[in-house]
Amino acid sequence: MTELSDRPSSRVLPAWAANFVIVLVIGTLWPVARLTASQLNPYVVQVILLIGINIVMATSLNLINGITGQFSLGHAGFAAVGAYVTGVLVNYLAAHDQLAGHEWLAMIVFLPLGGIIAAAMGLVVGIPTLRLTGDYLAIATLGFGEIIRIVITNTNRIGPLEVRGSQGLRVPVISNLFWTYLWVIICVVCVWRLVHSIKGKAFLAVREDEIAAAAMGVNTTFYKVLAFVIGAFFAGVGGGLQATGFFLIDPKGFGFMQSFLYVVMVVLGGSGSVTGVILAAIVLTWLPEQLRSLKSLHVEDLRMVTFSLLLIVMMLVRPEGLLGRRELWWTRRRLAAPSPAGNP
Amino acid sequence: MRNVLMTLLAAALFIAVGCKQQSSENSNEILIGEYGSLTGQTATFGQASHDGLELALEQLNNAGGLLGKKIRVITEDDASDATQAVNVVQKLVNSDGVVGVIGEVASKRSLAGGGICEQYHCPMLSPSSTNPDVTVENGKVKKYVFRICFIDTFQGSIDGKFASQQGWKNVAMMTNVDEDYSKGLAQSFKQEFSKSGKLAAEESYGGDTQDFKAQLSRIKQQSPEAVYVPGYYNEVGLILPQAKQVGLNVPFFGGDGWDSPLTLKLPDAQGDFYSDHYSPDDKSPESQEFVRLFQAKFHRTPDAMAVLGYDAMRVMADAIRRAGKADRDAITEALARTKDFPGASGKITIDKDHNAHKPIVILQLKNFDATLFKTFQPE
Amino acid sequence: MILHNLAQQLIYGLSVGATYALIALGYTMVYGTLRLINFAHGDVYMVGAVVGFYVASWVTRSGGAAWITLTVALLAAMAACAVLGYCIERFAYRPLRNRPRLVLLITAIGVSLLLENTFQLPAVFGATPRYYPQRMISSLLAPFGVLGLTRLDLLSLVLSLALVGFITWIILRTRTGLALRAVSFRFDTATLMGINTDRIISFTFVFGSALAAVAGVLNAIRYQVDPLMGIMWGLKAFIAAVLGGIGSITGALLGGLLLGMVETLLRGVFLPASYSGYADAAAFVILILILLIKPTGLLGQSTAQKV
Repeated sequence: MTELSDRPSSRVLPAWAANFVIVLVIGTLWPVARLTASQLNPYVVQVILLIGINIVMATSLNLINGITGQFSLGHAGFAAVGAYVTGVLVNYLAAHDQLAGHEWLAMIVFLPLGGIIAAAMGLVVGIPTLRLTGDYLAIATLGFGEIIRIVITNTNRIGPLEVRGSQGLRVPVISNLFWTYLWVIICVVCVWRLVHSIKGKAFLAVREDEIAAAAMGVNTTFYKVLAFVIGAFFAGVGGGLQATGFFLIDPKGFGFMQSFLYVVMVVLGGSGSVTGVILAAIVLTWLPEQLRSLKSLHVEDLRMVTFSLLLIVMMLVRPEGLLGRRELWWTRRRLAAPSPAGNP
Repeated sequence: MRNVLMTLLAAALFIAVGCKQQSSENSNEILIGEYGSLTGQTATFGQASHDGLELALEQLNNAGGLLGKKIRVITEDDASDATQAVNVVQKLVNSDGVVGVIGEVASKRSLAGGGICEQYHCPMLSPSSTNPDVTVENGKVKKYVFRICFIDTFQGSIDGKFASQQGWKNVAMMTNVDEDYSKGLAQSFKQEFSKSGKLAAEESYGGDTQDFKAQLSRIKQQSPEAVYVPGYYNEVGLILPQAKQVGLNVPFFGGDGWDSPLTLKLPDAQGDFYSDHYSPDDKSPESQEFVRLFQAKFHRTPDAMAVLGYDAMRVMADAIRRAGKADRDAITEALARTKDFPGASGKITIDKDHNAHKPIVILQLKNFDATLFKTFQPE
Repeated sequence: MILHNLAQQLIYGLSVGATYALIALGYTMVYGTLRLINFAHGDVYMVGAVVGFYVASWVTRSGGAAWITLTVALLAAMAACAVLGYCIERFAYRPLRNRPRLVLLITAIGVSLLLENTFQLPAVFGATPRYYPQRMISSLLAPFGVLGLTRLDLLSLVLSLALVGFITWIILRTRTGLALRAVSFRFDTATLMGINTDRIISFTFVFGSALAAVAGVLNAIRYQVDPLMGIMWGLKAFIAAVLGGIGSITGALLGGLLLGMVETLLRGVFLPASYSGYADAAAFVILILILLIKPTGLLGQSTAQKV
C-alpha cells in the first residue's frame, strides 16, 4: 500500500504554469505539424500518425487496466465503434460533396461523437461486468469486443449511411499530424489530470484492494464504470483518427488481436504509469516499422516472430514493464522514502 | 532525470532516422512498383500475375530496357489483405518513389491501392480487377487508375446469357459479401439472368467462412438446376466438395475468380464452367508466342492471371516509351491514350472510362484442364 | 424436407461440437490446475494440423491408403503436439508460476503470436492455405446414408467420445487422476502432500495438446490448413469450456457439443439467410450470458470468494 499514500506529488509545475504550457503546445502544434509533414517522407509521417493513435489507445486502456485494475481485453471494440461512426459520417458528407472545406467539422464534431457512442458502449460493457474479476472479466470484455466487431461486420447500411461491414470502408484521408496530435494532447492531459486528482486516488484504491476501498466508502461501482466510459471515449476517438488517417478500415482490424496489442503496450509501459505507457506505445509502433526495413531475404515475417519473442522475454525478465508504476521522472528513491507529514 | 535524458536521446535518434528522405533515385533505372497477393487466401492470383510480369520484364530488359535504362520492378506482397495493400502501395509510391504501379488482381485490393495512387498522383494499372468501381466510382473516372481487362457489368451479363443458353431457368447463387468483386458480379448476373429465368435461392457467406453446409443445404431445398458462385477460387475449393457432401449434385459455374491451378485440380469441379479473360487455346500469334515462352520459363501452362500480368507490364512499358520520360503525369496521360496494343490476351485499347473491351471466354473443366467452351465478343 | 434439413444440421452441429470438445478439454485441464487461460492452445491445434499435413502428404506420396495415412498422421500430430505442449509449459509458463496471473496471460499471448508467426514463415509452412492429400479427402469425406454423414464426421464423434471417456477414466480411476484432482482443488496443499505438481501439470499440457492435435488434423481434412486456423477455433473452444464449466472434464464435452449445435442450428435453420453471419456472435453472446448468470458454467461448482 505504500504507493498509494506515498505517491509523490505529480505537481511538476503549478497549475497556472501547466495550463500555460498546454496552451503553448497546442498553439505551436499547427505550424510544427505542417513543417514536419512537409519535411519528412510521407511514409514516415504515416508512422508518426500511427504512433499518435496508439498513444491515445494505450493511454485510454491504461486508465481501465492499469490505473483501475480492470483487465479489459475488448478495447479494440470501442475503437471500432468510434472508427465507424466517424468514417460513415465523413463518407456521407463526401458523397454529398460537402466535405471539402469542412474537414475541421469532422475532426471537431464527428470524432468526439464517435467517442461518445463508444463511451455508451463502455457503459454497456462496464455495468454487467461489475461483478466479474480477473480472468472472467478479461474474457467477458473480449466477448463484448468480438460481438461489436461481428455486428459491424454484418452491417451494410444504417438508413442512408453506408457502412459496408466486412467489405471494408474507404474513408477520405482528412486527418493529419495536427489533428491527430491535438487529440493525443487532449487525451493525455485528461487522463493525467484525472489520475492525479482525487478521483484518481479512487481509481487506484479500486485497483489495489476493491473490498477495502468499498469498506472505506469509495463507490467502487461508479469508479469502475467511469473508468470504462472515459477509456472507451478516447478509444473511440482513437478509432476515428484511424478511420480518417489510413484510408481503409476493416472490422478485421479491430479484433481481439488488436486489443492484445494495446494490452501489451500497457503492460510493457508499466500499468499505471502514464508516461511509461506512452513510451511503450511509441516503441511498439516504431520498432516493427524499423524491423520492416531490415528486409534481407524477404524476412519481414521474422519481425513478427522477433516481436513475439521479445514479448515472452520481457515477461520472463521484467514483467513490471519499462517503468513499473512510476512516471518517467520519478526515481526509486522518491518512491521508497516515506513522505513527511503534510504531503505536498 | 536519467530517464528523461534517455528518452530525449531516443527521440532524437528516431527523428534522425525518420528524416532520411526517400532513396535517391537511381538514375540508371526505371522503377515500377508491383503489388499482389503472393501469399494468403488468394495466393495463386498474385503468383500467376507476378510470373507473367516477370516474363515480360525479362523480355523488355533483354531488348534494351526503356528510354535507354533498365527497368526494375519492386514487388510487394499484400498477403491477400486490403489493409496490407494500402500499406505496401503507400510504401511503393512514397518511400520507393516508383513512376507507376501495376496491381492488383482482386478488386477490393485494387480499390484500396487505387485510392492511394489517386491521392499521391501515381498511375496504377490493374491487370485483372473487374469491378467497375475500380476505375469509375460515383460516376467519376479516377484520373490515375486504369485496367486492361473487361468489367463485371459485361462479365455478369455474359454469365447470365450463358446460363440461359444452357437452358437453365432456375438457378441459385452464392455471394461472398466481403468482396466487392463478388457482390458486383452477382448483381450484374442477377440483372441479366432475371430476364429469362429466376433465382431460386440467394445465399451469402463471409470471406473467412470454411463451412458452407448451411447455405448449401438451404439451396438444395430449392432444387435449382445450377448454382452460380461468383467468388474466388479458394472459396470454390471448399464450396464444391461440401456441395457433394450435402448431396447437391448440379452444375456449378462462376466468373474469372475461379481461375487458378487449384481449381483445375479439384475433382469436384470437373464438368463445371467459369467465364474468364483468356484460354491458352487461343490461336492468335501473340498468345501462342506467349504460351511458348511461358512454358519454357515456368514449365507450366499459363492461365488468365499470368497473361494479364504479362500484358500489364508491356502496356505500362509501352506507355512509358510513348511518354518519353519517367514522369508520373506523363505516363498517366500516355496510358489513357493506349490504343490497339497487341496484347497476348487480345487487342488492348483503353477507353474513356480507363477500361478495356476484351472478349470473354467460357471455360469448362475437363480432365483437370480448362477447355474452351464458348467465346463472346465485347459489345 | 425441413425435417431432413434439421436432422442434417443437428449432425453437423454434433460434429463441430465434438471438435470443440476436443480442444476445450485442453483449456479446461490447464485452467483447472493452473488457473491460466492458455491462449496458445488454439495454436497447438494448428501445429497438429500442419504436422499431420506434412506426414499425410509424405505417406500418400509413398502410396499409402486413406485410413493408414490418417492413422499415421494422427499419431504423428499427437506426438508432436505433446512435445510442443510440454515445452511451452516447461520454458514459458513454469518460470513464471509464482508471478501475477496477468504476466502469465501476456506470456501465453506471446507464445500464441510466436507460433502463428513462425508457422507463417515460408520455411516452416507459409501464409497460404493448403489442403490435405486429395485421396484422403475424397475417401473420408464421401457422404453415406440418407443424412449425408461422412466417415470423418463419424470418426470425430467416436474419437471425441472415446478420448473424453479415456481422460475421465484416468481422472476418476487412477492415481494420476487423483493427484490431478488434488492439484486442481488446492495447489499449495497438493504440493505439501508430496504430489509432484510439476509432473501433473506437464501431464495436463501433454494430454491436452495431443487432443488438440487430433482436432486439428480432423478439421484440416474437412477444410484447409493455414497458420491462423487456430485463432477462432481456439477462442470458441475456450468459450465452450467456460460454458460447460471450466475445470470440469464432462463440462468441456457438454459445452463443446452444445456450442457446436447452437451455432450450426442458428446458421443453418433459425437465422434467415442474410443474417447467418450473426451466428458467429452466438458463441460470444453465450459467453457473456454464462459469465453473468452462472460464471462457473453449467457443470462447474460455485466457490465462495473469501475476503
